[in-house]
Amino acid sequence: MSALQIIFLVIGALTLASAVMVVTARKIMHAALWLVLALGGVAAVFATLEASFFAVMQVVVYIGAIAILIIFAVMLTRKVMEDTGPQVNRSWPWALLACLGVLAGLVYLLSNWGGFLTAARAIPEGGENLVQFGQALTSPSGFVVPFEVASILLVAALVGAIYVAGEPREK
Amino acid sequence: MIPLAWYLIFAAMLFCVGLFGVLARRNAVAILMGIELMLNAVNVNLLAFWRYLWAPKVDGQVFVSIVLIAAAAEAVVGLALIISAYRRRNTIAAEDMDMLKG
Repeated sequence: MSALQIIFLVIGALTLASAVMVVTARKIMHAALWLVLALGGVAAVFATLEASFFAVMQVVVYIGAIAILIIFAVMLTRKVMEDTGPQVNRSWPWALLACLGVLAGLVYLLSNWGGFLTAARAIPEGGENLVQFGQALTSPSGFVVPFEVASILLVAALVGAIYVAGEPREK
Repeated sequence: MIPLAWYLIFAAMLFCVGLFGVLARRNAVAILMGIELMLNAVNVNLLAFWRYLWAPKVDGQVFVSIVLIAAAAEAVVGLALIISAYRRRNTIAAEDMDMLKG
């Protein structure tokens, strides 16, 4: 077992443990902080995939923006949902059952896929090509349309969020 | 080197943990956290497939960046909705958000 494999196992175990804490923590603020750790673990997994651009993007977008936004939402809505009382609904055993079923189904599907074990071949050379990636995002023969639609989506989300979360108007 | 299977199993487990959060938590913000975990699992899957099967080409990276943008937009709108519902109803428990119920 190589050093990289051991590093991946440690990062994976840490990420999964903090993800479990996110969904089971009684205090919602603790769940938000565990979420930061889980997102950082996913960034490290991206780094083991030699996707350095997305490791940095994960830190900037998820930890830097989304986690902070979630922490703000937690602080703004703190009073009503005290950290006492049940944090999961009545049918949580069924939810657990459904999740284990989905996991078993995914693992079964993956184990039936031919490339599951044979794909453990050498990683192809020349993984990340950021120049090519940037050109593909802006060239008309590449992905400029999805890229621009994504920008419109972001603007629409921004305007919509301001409108929805703004002061309720008096009728 | 790390087998592709490890990444896929890791992503499947992360997805299921997030799914449990979405299905079981009462707090709407915690449900959004579960959704973030699920989207992260999808990104791990996409990047693993890209790295092992498509590596010199950039299609997989474009997919991941679109998922990242959609996740950011979803988090912003979701949290705005939650804050709006909190202002009107003074609750963020998912089972109390039944304004559309006839």
